[in-house]
Amino acid sequence: MKYLYLTWSNLRRKKLRTILTLLSIIVAFVLFGLLATIKHALVGGVELAGKDRVVVRHKVSLIQLLPESYKARMERIPGIKAVVHQTWFGGYYQDPKNLFFMQCPVVPDEYMSMFTEFVLSPEEMKAWNSTRTGAVVGRRLADHFKWKVGDKVPIISSLWKINGNDTWEFDIVGIFEGKEKQTDTGALFFRYDFFEEARQEYGKGQVGWYTIRVDDPAKAGDVAKLVDAEFANSPAETTTEPEGAFAQGFAKQIGNIALIVASIMGAVFFTILLVSANTMSQAVRERTGELGVLKAIGFTNRQVLVLVLLESCLLAIVGGVIGLGLAWLIALGGDPTKGNLPLFFFPPRDLALGVVISVLLGVITGFFPAMQAMRLRVADALRRM
Amino acid sequence: MAGPINWLSQVVSVTGFGVLSIPQRRGSVAAAVIGIAGVVAVLVGVLSIGAGFKRVMEMSASPDSAMVLRASATSEMVSGLSREDTKLITDAPGIARNAEGPLASAELFVIIDLPKRSTNSSANVPLRGIEPAGFAVRDNLKIVEGRKFEWGKNEIVVGVGALQEFAGLELGKTVRVGRNDWTVVGIFSAGGGSADSELWTDAKVLQAAYKRGDSFQSVSVRLTSPQAFQEFKNALTANPKLKVKVLRQTEYYAEQSTMITTLVNSLGYIIASLMAIGAVFGALNTMYNSVSARTREIATLRALGFGRGAVIVSIMFESIVLALVGGTLGAAVAYFVFNGFHTSTINMQSFSQVTFAFAVTVSLLVQGIVLATFIGLVGGFLPAIRAARLPIAVGLREM
Amino acid sequence: MDKNTNDALVRVDRVEKIFHRGSEDIHVLKDLELVVPEGEFLALMGPSGSGKSTLLNLIGGLDRPTKGTVTVAGERLDQLSDSKLAGWRARHVGFVFQLYNLLPVLTAERNVELPLLLTHLSKSERRSHVQTALEIVGLGHRTKHYPRTMSGGEQQRVGIARGIVTDPTILLCDEPTGDLDRKAGDEILDLLQALNKEHGKTIIMVTHDPLAAARAKRTVHLDKGQLSHESHA
Repeated sequence: MKYLYLTWSNLRRKKLRTILTLLSIIVAFVLFGLLATIKHALVGGVELAGKDRVVVRHKVSLIQLLPESYKARMERIPGIKAVVHQTWFGGYYQDPKNLFFMQCPVVPDEYMSMFTEFVLSPEEMKAWNSTRTGAVVGRRLADHFKWKVGDKVPIISSLWKINGNDTWEFDIVGIFEGKEKQTDTGALFFRYDFFEEARQEYGKGQVGWYTIRVDDPAKAGDVAKLVDAEFANSPAETTTEPEGAFAQGFAKQIGNIALIVASIMGAVFFTILLVSANTMSQAVRERTGELGVLKAIGFTNRQVLVLVLLESCLLAIVGGVIGLGLAWLIALGGDPTKGNLPLFFFPPRDLALGVVISVLLGVITGFFPAMQAMRLRVADALRRM
Repeated sequence: MAGPINWLSQVVSVTGFGVLSIPQRRGSVAAAVIGIAGVVAVLVGVLSIGAGFKRVMEMSASPDSAMVLRASATSEMVSGLSREDTKLITDAPGIARNAEGPLASAELFVIIDLPKRSTNSSANVPLRGIEPAGFAVRDNLKIVEGRKFEWGKNEIVVGVGALQEFAGLELGKTVRVGRNDWTVVGIFSAGGGSADSELWTDAKVLQAAYKRGDSFQSVSVRLTSPQAFQEFKNALTANPKLKVKVLRQTEYYAEQSTMITTLVNSLGYIIASLMAIGAVFGALNTMYNSVSARTREIATLRALGFGRGAVIVSIMFESIVLALVGGTLGAAVAYFVFNGFHTSTINMQSFSQVTFAFAVTVSLLVQGIVLATFIGLVGGFLPAIRAARLPIAVGLREM
Repeated sequence: MDKNTNDALVRVDRVEKIFHRGSEDIHVLKDLELVVPEGEFLALMGPSGSGKSTLLNLIGGLDRPTKGTVTVAGERLDQLSDSKLAGWRARHVGFVFQLYNLLPVLTAERNVELPLLLTHLSKSERRSHVQTALEIVGLGHRTKHYPRTMSGGEQQRVGIARGIVTDPTILLCDEPTGDLDRKAGDEILDLLQALNKEHGKTIIMVTHDPLAAARAKRTVHLDKGQLSHESHA
């Protein structure tokens, strides 16, 4: 666009002011990007949920155990493809203050077929099946503790005792990767048969919760109702819901994160808006004479309005893009809370939202100054030059 | 020749002229003040979340109380003690006594699914089963409505925090636990401690409902004095029949909150730092604008004989004052909007909800004002230097 | 001079202009009539407040008369909407201002290019027109310089180049030598005369300087909003 040169020159007029305004805008968008990343880290698990999976837990609370015998009963319910279980082991590695991560005893082949987002090589799967005390760990966990295949890893659990002892020792036989970038690989899985035999009285023959794969994702809700009906009036009643709802439930337990993040960003953008709008107004006021000249030469009111808007938008968009880019780079650097946030990247959808907001910012901050410029009466403006 | 009084009067004059020109510059001035107010309000607001959470943890514990868990347990939730274990524990020395016996309560700590009001979705609400000494062990507990539950009955008392955050816990309402209905017979207050988030009932009744046999998860005791702790701990750890962990209650709650407070505070300070940087740029912008609007005026004053130093000081003074006005405004907004805002979140360590209120503490308000002052200082410094160094003749020509 | 109104380029017909200042009404122009043929070099003189700049603004379509009409090259300005008027100005009028009114952020050639941005000429066409205009005013060697590096006279010459770059129907000058010393002023007036004699440009110039007015072919005097008398070169 041929007018771009004029806009660019105007911004260069008071370099310091332009740079400072630009820097404020950049900081606002870095903040936006980081908050979007943090919000995604806290509640993003919802999107990863398998659309054809439902979760079955004890109706009273998640910490109550369900009989293992439920598995066979569920497999007979129409609409169900597969059923697997897992149990919260609740242990820690070396020091309770170390990274908090999930450990669960599972049935290897079944579990990995259900959770196809975990990728384990056939050799490692074979090794797992032939090692009773074998365990597989996720890439994130292995990297954090620097575990390798072949390591012996002691996990201390106070929920479950083995031979009167709190310390369970596992052999790392494999490291699984996540299929998507966002898959959380911060867990340790070991064999259920080993667990069942070794654990003492408490909870024998019982498991934590079940995950079911349904034939038809659209009918997931119906299948859930069937499962709960099957176990209604049993000693252990169930609550079944699609995996997405289950994950969302957890996110919601943290609180209304989305609202808090949106409020903070609202306050920040409002402040930036004020500062930028003020700068733009000043810039236009200083140039009243020049704008008069342009009108004298023959620029229409509308063209003058566009010129001013172009200036504010250019500033906002450049600042926005740089800020978002920086946020993206920072997010690549990983979780600053050292492991408490399993996901840490800048969701592309929020990146796009950021760009849209920067355009809006440009338009809003330029609006009133542009209207002022448009309404300038040429003769008055020239007199003020 | 100019003495300090003369210099001071120069500063006052230059500042005075600056104040007089504020109406002309009111757009920039307002932008600066509101910008800084915004930064301070957000900083204080975000940090008040961590402060509020920490306060709950601090209010929960008294120095003469102790807790006993299984040796490797990281929280009550994952601990397990048998009836024999608890008997051995209550026999230990150092425990205070009253007419009914030792002030020790073997307790069960589970969660129950209840709807959270703010998000309309289910939440893990802590449900605690206590023994008769349980009320006496905690000295800051008061029943504020209704009565205590009767032993052996399906009755519960509800903490004020839980009442506020979760639905269906009003006096007289029934709560479904498994196959039974339990009645809310009383509301209690624990003075802001974590018990405010909990529901309490008879441990025996809870054991039956959750099929825990005769097992417990912790023992809470009141010691004869804070100093008795060591004796109590030694006795238990020396006992070969017990594999337990003995903590002062204060230590326990401090541990329980580390994950959340670390998370909230690190995020809070990251956000706040970024905002502060943005605010500095904004303040610099405003001050440069202010100063450039007054270029001819300042050059004229200097031509008349006002010194450089007076100019610098007066500009920085104006910047700091504006920043303080903004900072105070922001702190006030933060206080009125955030202080006491009641909410709850899940503590991953105990896997249960903790209700708390945002706490805008004096320390946070001070931090906010300090930040504002810093921004004012930095924002005023460079523009002040520039104004003072501009050659007078150049300044006089400026439109 | 031939006052045949048929080849009149500019016709000002019974024009009145009233400004409202608060509760006061100021009659700047009263029942004014003026005819400017093509190829004319007209000077408008008069004391301060006589309305000469206002008249210039009306002829240039920068303002509208309260009563009466202005016709330029057969086109009635009162029949054009604001945006059409802007477009009309771009095609038909070149302005030269007392304070040059160059954009300080642009080089000489970019300043001269401004009116051309409103046309559909390609970049290279624009460039060639700009170069020609700057050479006519004698600044072909300073195209990439900024106004702040130029003297008043040079800046005004850039202003004139900008005024002629679109080859407009009329060139309107408001006190073009008002801010210049005698020598620089003379050079500008030489330039304007050359533009009129050699290139046939119709020029209307407002001035309070009789020596400047002497360079024009015809001078009209305004007093209290009306034409009082005229003189010829």
